[in-house]
Amino acid sequence: MGIPYDTKLPPDLRALKREIEGYAHEYGLDFYETIFEVVEAEDLNEIAAYGGFPTRYPHWSFGMAFEELKKGYDYGLSKIYEMVINNDPCYAYLMRCNHTVDQKLVMAHVYGHCDFFKNNAYFAHTSRKMMDEMANHGVRIRRYVEKHGEDEVEAFVDRCMSIDDLVDIHSTAIRRREEHSRYDFKEKEEDQLRLTRFKSKDYMDDYINPPEALKAEEEERRKKQEESLRTPEHPEKDVLLFLIDHAPLKPWQRDILSIIRDEAYYFAPQGQTKIMNEGWASYWHSTIMTTRALSPSEMVDYADHHSGTMATSRGRLNPYKLGIELLRDIEMRWNTGRFGKDFDDCDDLDKRRTWDTKLGLGRKKIFEVRRVHNDITFIDTFLTPEFCQEHKMFSFNYDEQGGNYVIESREFEKIKQRILFGLTNFGKPWIYVVDSNYRNRGELLLRHEHNGIDLKLDKAADTLANIQALWSRPVHLHTVVDNQPSLMTFDGSNHSIKNLGESDDPRKHSPGKAK
Amino acid sequence: MGQKIERDQQRFRKLVRGKVKSNLSKYISRGEMIGKKGKDLVSIPLPQIDIPQFRYGQKGTGGVGQGEGDPGQPLTAPQGDGDSGAGDQPGGHILEVDLTMEEMAQILGEELQLPRIEPRGKKNIVTTKDKYTGIRQTGPESLKHFKRTFKRALRRQIASGVYDPEKPIVVPVREDKQYRSWKEVKKPESVACIIYMMDVSGSMTDEQKEIVRIEAFWIDTWLKAHYQGIQNVYIIHDAAAHEVDEHTFYHTRESGGTKISSAYEMCDQIITKRFPPDQWNLYAFHFSDGDNWGDDSPHCVDLLNEKMLPKLNLFGYGQVESPYGSGEFYEYITELVNNKENVVASRIPDRDAILGSIKEFLGTGR
Repeated sequence: MGIPYDTKLPPDLRALKREIEGYAHEYGLDFYETIFEVVEAEDLNEIAAYGGFPTRYPHWSFGMAFEELKKGYDYGLSKIYEMVINNDPCYAYLMRCNHTVDQKLVMAHVYGHCDFFKNNAYFAHTSRKMMDEMANHGVRIRRYVEKHGEDEVEAFVDRCMSIDDLVDIHSTAIRRREEHSRYDFKEKEEDQLRLTRFKSKDYMDDYINPPEALKAEEEERRKKQEESLRTPEHPEKDVLLFLIDHAPLKPWQRDILSIIRDEAYYFAPQGQTKIMNEGWASYWHSTIMTTRALSPSEMVDYADHHSGTMATSRGRLNPYKLGIELLRDIEMRWNTGRFGKDFDDCDDLDKRRTWDTKLGLGRKKIFEVRRVHNDITFIDTFLTPEFCQEHKMFSFNYDEQGGNYVIESREFEKIKQRILFGLTNFGKPWIYVVDSNYRNRGELLLRHEHNGIDLKLDKAADTLANIQALWSRPVHLHTVVDNQPSLMTFDGSNHSIKNLGESDDPRKHSPGKAK
Repeated sequence: MGQKIERDQQRFRKLVRGKVKSNLSKYISRGEMIGKKGKDLVSIPLPQIDIPQFRYGQKGTGGVGQGEGDPGQPLTAPQGDGDSGAGDQPGGHILEVDLTMEEMAQILGEELQLPRIEPRGKKNIVTTKDKYTGIRQTGPESLKHFKRTFKRALRRQIASGVYDPEKPIVVPVREDKQYRSWKEVKKPESVACIIYMMDVSGSMTDEQKEIVRIEAFWIDTWLKAHYQGIQNVYIIHDAAAHEVDEHTFYHTRESGGTKISSAYEMCDQIITKRFPPDQWNLYAFHFSDGDNWGDDSPHCVDLLNEKMLPKLNLFGYGQVESPYGSGEFYEYITELVNNKENVVASRIPDRDAILGSIKEFLGTGR
């Protein structure tokens, strides 16, 4: 046990830790060694501002986050309860001035998170030595600051942060393309180059194999081949990786960009599993507290704090609440066997309400869920109409006339669609690198995969300018504005946007969709 | 810990205040945090810088919430998170959380890179203060140290066997009594007096007075941050000088001619009578449009040179440009500036020049 680390933990909290950890083990939670550190509120705000890593590289944005947390805390508007770091060992911070009951609650909650970090599939690729890596990142960037000056390095980091969401989170689990060697010089097989020609008698040849068709096919082949010479060969969603590989950057710039990318990938799973992770931790703090750890005199305080965390609002879903309730719903359904064909086919509402096959697989099921799901698959698989109704969920949308958001519907499909939309790609637009030699002039072409919602144009233009600064040649973005395919361009000094005719629609040319 | 985040926070603040040249300035938004103070809602300013990223526009977006309500109903009441609670404060009275004067002075100092003021003659300007530090056997009853007296009495009674734990009565006698005693501590005092003089002759318009007012406000703010006690004296003059209160200072308009020496003489008298320079840090600021009575100007320079300057920490002359003034007095002062180190002259043609001139006035660190 990490005794040397535990020195900061006063004896009472150390005893508490041992107790809660015991309960967590008893319930089958499985986690790395967890180290609690007791810090002052100010320090907790600082650590939180650095995303949990006190040794992070210097950047004003952390100062901004800190100011917000500090003001919120100073004016009594908000307070951080828990802070836990996905690392081996897991680090978690406790606020010194919290009451014992709060410390218990936080510890129980933290063990939920630790278990989730260790066992959820989407965290499998994350580094468990991130504490050390972040410290190294910090050292490297500080060194660059010393060498190249604060202003220059900061301006570059700002640029990188502007595009730090342009990553391909699934690339950690999927092989996007065949490995192929650059030194594979073998000629393509002859017959692949031969055109499709049907067998025919001489005099019928012009009809069976019309020359126009052959020509068209040849043309298409040629095009396809040209495209295969393109960089990237397939549209690349990991824009950061592409820039690291291909943009004309100085070594220190490339290093910073890869640091930003590493951290983006490290933090991505926490975004992918926000609802589940918080739901899981809340489920366990609730379970451990109410069945084991709570003493009668602490009941009211606990209930107060728990309900504060679970508060729902009309403008936003509370991930803690949604997560814990959905997990409980799953547990209930698998305990009573309310799933599968028999249950789905049952039309008798009364029967459904009292359905109970005494299956008793609830606990087992939620452990499985926490292992294999992320928020998207979690909602997609387990959200039910009954659940939406019980929790008074509704979807809302932006009313352009009124200039505000209005309740749109209470239909299950609509609600589910809205939630999933907000979760897919973190509710951000899809941007791909399509061509790095656009117009044969070394210009970078990006494509926005339009799915019905336009980009915020001013932000997009500024972001484009940041990419241009990295790429140093003009940068273009294919997108759709008011149903018009458009090309936004920044050439280093001027922004422009032009409508493209239907024929120029980038989506029709995109190699990703080539037939 | 602590130092690191402070650096980042300072950097952020500098960016927000536009002190660092950066292309982030256009992304600064003046956000706010709504808090509660008693019954009122308070707005806590929360500036933010949003690094641009690819984002969806508002059109066609939406989300999911929980709660009551029918389709078509707007989600948010006037403000807030729509939680029914937000509705019960009618009017939504919002107060700004203001900066304190110290914070303002600090910002001013940072902004203009003003040096800290070294109070003059620390050695000379001293006050004595009583400080209770010791104990003695005699003294007035009002200064009796009860705890010590009690302890001594208890000790004596136990030692002499008079003390009875069953009946714990402790009666101090004369020898037990302990009294607090004080020492006189000499403390360098930093008090200052600021004397503002202004030309209120016909050629000074309201706009010029406004400039003087703003200038004086910032000078006050800065000096107040450095001295414990500040006294202000206001003198207006045309051909003759009068000591007035602050309100009159800014709101009087005379029509006579201008004799600057009258103000300087009065200033000198006030200093001699009320603010002996060995006890006070003295600041004098004179604002004028630079017009002066015929051969009065050399006299003024003499007055400054011989009588006033040796007594003052700093003499500042601010010349506001008026359509009527000739501005020739400035020439006389500039001569002085070159010879004496505690004279500053500054031209303030318009409001935009105020900041620069404050820097000139206070940049000397005197």
